[in-house]
Amino acid sequence: MSAFNAIGEEREIDRDEFTPGVEPQPTWCPGCGDFGVLKSLKQALPEVGKTPEEVLTVTGIGCSGKLSSYLDTYGFHTIHGRSLPVARAAKLANPELEVIAAGGDGDGYGIGGNHWIHTARENHDMTYIVFNNEIFGLTKGQTSPTSPKGHKSKTQPSGSAKTPLRPLSMSLNAGASYVARTAAVNPNQAKEIIKEAIEHDGFAHVDFLTQCPTWNKDARQYVPYIDVQESDDYDFDITDRREAAEMMHETEDVLNEGTVLTGRYYVDEDRPSYQEEKSAVGELPDEPLVERYFDDDAEWERSYDLLDRHK
Amino acid sequence: MSDDELIWRIAGGSGDGIDSTSQNFAKALMRSGLDIFTHRHYPSRIRGGHTYVEIRAADHEVQSRGDGYNFLLSLGDSFARNPQEDAYYGNEEIKPLSENLDELREGGIIVYDEGLISEEDVDAIDLEERAEENNWHVFPMDLRGLAREHGREVMRNTAGVGVTAALLDMDLEHIEDLMSDAMGGDILESNLEILHEAYETTREEYEFEHDLRAPEGTHETEQALLSGSNAIAYGAIDGGCRFIAGYPMTPWTDVFTILSQNFPDMGGVSEQVEDEIAAAALAVGASHAGVKAMSGSSGGGFALMSEPLGLAEMTETPLVLVESMRAGPSTGMPTKPEQSDLEFVLYTSQGDSSRVVFAPGTIEEAYEQTRLAFDIAWEYQIPTIIIYDQKLSGENTNVDVEFFDREPEPGLGSTLTEEELKEAAHDASGKFERFGYDDNERNVSKRSLPGQKGGRYLATGNEHSPVGHIEEDSDNRVFQMTRRLEKLDSIREELDEDHPSNQTYFGDETADYGVITWGSSQGAVVEAVSRLNEAGHSVKGISVSDMMPFPETEMTEFLESVDEAMVVEMNGTGQFRGLIQKELGRFGEKLTSLLKYNGNPFEPAEVVEGYEVNVAEEDREPTAQVRIEPAAGD
Repeated sequence: MSAFNAIGEEREIDRDEFTPGVEPQPTWCPGCGDFGVLKSLKQALPEVGKTPEEVLTVTGIGCSGKLSSYLDTYGFHTIHGRSLPVARAAKLANPELEVIAAGGDGDGYGIGGNHWIHTARENHDMTYIVFNNEIFGLTKGQTSPTSPKGHKSKTQPSGSAKTPLRPLSMSLNAGASYVARTAAVNPNQAKEIIKEAIEHDGFAHVDFLTQCPTWNKDARQYVPYIDVQESDDYDFDITDRREAAEMMHETEDVLNEGTVLTGRYYVDEDRPSYQEEKSAVGELPDEPLVERYFDDDAEWERSYDLLDRHK
Repeated sequence: MSDDELIWRIAGGSGDGIDSTSQNFAKALMRSGLDIFTHRHYPSRIRGGHTYVEIRAADHEVQSRGDGYNFLLSLGDSFARNPQEDAYYGNEEIKPLSENLDELREGGIIVYDEGLISEEDVDAIDLEERAEENNWHVFPMDLRGLAREHGREVMRNTAGVGVTAALLDMDLEHIEDLMSDAMGGDILESNLEILHEAYETTREEYEFEHDLRAPEGTHETEQALLSGSNAIAYGAIDGGCRFIAGYPMTPWTDVFTILSQNFPDMGGVSEQVEDEIAAAALAVGASHAGVKAMSGSSGGGFALMSEPLGLAEMTETPLVLVESMRAGPSTGMPTKPEQSDLEFVLYTSQGDSSRVVFAPGTIEEAYEQTRLAFDIAWEYQIPTIIIYDQKLSGENTNVDVEFFDREPEPGLGSTLTEEELKEAAHDASGKFERFGYDDNERNVSKRSLPGQKGGRYLATGNEHSPVGHIEEDSDNRVFQMTRRLEKLDSIREELDEDHPSNQTYFGDETADYGVITWGSSQGAVVEAVSRLNEAGHSVKGISVSDMMPFPETEMTEFLESVDEAMVVEMNGTGQFRGLIQKELGRFGEKLTSLLKYNGNPFEPAEVVEGYEVNVAEEDREPTAQVRIEPAAGD
């Protein structure tokens, strides 16, 4: 018998269960794109049959980091840039948990970039949502890794001399097996993409455009947006790595010219998740590791039985 | 220095098989009934550079490498970078002979491979004259030739062991058994031939005029030869740890490797990750989800763990970290021991620190205190750190096998089951009060795990309310902060009341002069104090393992009982002495320091000399590479 009975519970789930009953109320600014992420998660989770207590939401630092406060699941609001290593270990410890990691573009693509690359490379079975507003919001408007070239801020007074980072292309190259971009202004698409990302077996990276009405006023509000799957102007195979790469490249290029392309960019259903790979080499137990600590009949190996090699 | 002991040093090039040969020879000596202590000296290189291992063997307990040594087996360096020229670097082949002579005791034995080291080179270092002066017995043997004749050149270390056994009058039985365990087929056959041939040739060719023989002893119980790294890894296994994340770094890599190799068969998980920030963060994540998890590193890598360590303190996530110190600052001397990360490990990460730090001094303590670290971390939801060093990590000593015959302790401490969660406090919306006001006297608020029904809460590195929401209210801040800090008082109380002391006492109880040390310097200091006692000096000693929470009562009693005390530690600033003064707020006028930071651990004679200089002949400077820092006001 499992010691974790919130997992796999079959029942009707109301989206209101994901709203904290008492406190806190979101402190995001009016018109902030972050509300869009919260809303799409509250819609998506019941639709994929997840209850609040079988979900672990792991966040970094920034406006985006508050997601774990406002989405009423088990939550871990970690430190700047480190949501992914915390999240993937929780998943290894208990693969039955639904693990969602989230953070901003500074958090994930800047300070946490190394973790992002390696988590994608290893294809951990989890969802990673990056609130991409092309700016540092909580620290009041500094240039971020995705800010366009020439972006002026208090810390880049003459305009940024740096080309923005390419989140979709990098994720693809690093090894993510699901890569999509959506936008807060496109709630229906966002919900569907989040559902797909949660259900995907592997590292699902969603670059979520979240407009910042306070610190990035000059930027577009990501409207009008174009869904690359629905538009007749774009035709590519999301299971083809080369075609996906080209489409991502174009999407990243045109964003700074005012064209907001969104949709699914790459899906590889065949690549085994890290959990599967690690099981295959015999380094991940069949039963969730954590269950053993609650199993009274579990046999615990001891060092006494390892001493022959030392005699 | 006693005559009834063998200190055998095998020296060669990195890559000459010094490690495996010495490991087997040490086991053979242990099986013959002797107590063992090994010391490994090696450069931070893959190939090239000279390395040696010392094996000290006696019929009584040995707790340090001893002073100097009395048997040199010099293989010469077959991987020398410039074997034929003695240009800038000098001839490197002979260095494992020439560079090891200074510490060889009078009357000692030298065996060297004359198949590799030329006569000319030996003449050039005046070996004959020096041997005469020091009464050394020199045995040139063509180890390379012997090895080539019966097998392959790499087996010349086996030939060296055969010569050693002949000169020491040792039975070959244990050596043969160990070889048979380790190899088979033609390789075993060749090695056995080489061993016997070397043994016989030595007996035929030389008349023995030396006095040194292998000591004889017996063990009443079965023994195992283990390193500090083994002991830490085994303490973790028996403490129920089944998750480790790490990034390679010398010398911590040993613990990481041992657990990575054992965990798959135990249903455990090991993760090698992109950096040490991730390593510690993974351990936090696994622990948060309910597994007993650990990580670790050496100084530089541990610096990257500061952030996740602070997160574990703030979120009260149980966690065990190990820190294997090496000579710093920065990259320092990667393969050399030092005790200079103490202050760093005690205080790194922003804010007031609340963590437990143990510094084991022996192999047994390394096992005990690692087990204890898991108990405390999971009971009190606090990071617990084992701080040790390259010395303890690599030295091998024999331990009673029965010492390990005990039940594992996999319990999750103050973690609730779903049944228990039903009775626990929740807020109006059903969120579990993980960091609750329903305080018990130990300041611990029990935890739930993700996936449990009725246990939902938020863990956050921000200051937080009982259910985990970010909260900056001043009353809540004071409550939460005080509770976290006061856990250390509860732990101190438990350590004092429910556990045998982690501190080791030795020497003359009635003495009014004290020697204080901590961590891996314990063995050398214990031996030094015993020699001082034998020489009629009234001295006692304490070796401290509890760095945090500090053993206030024990230290106060010790310091009140002496007029003066010398703190012995391997660093340049007297960090432990500083800790004593910070924690106790007095005794500055009683404490002098004996410091060493040249990359080599203390030898007992250096501690004895430190005492003599301090107490008997105050005007003299120590002869060893150590420094004496006088007491405050002196």
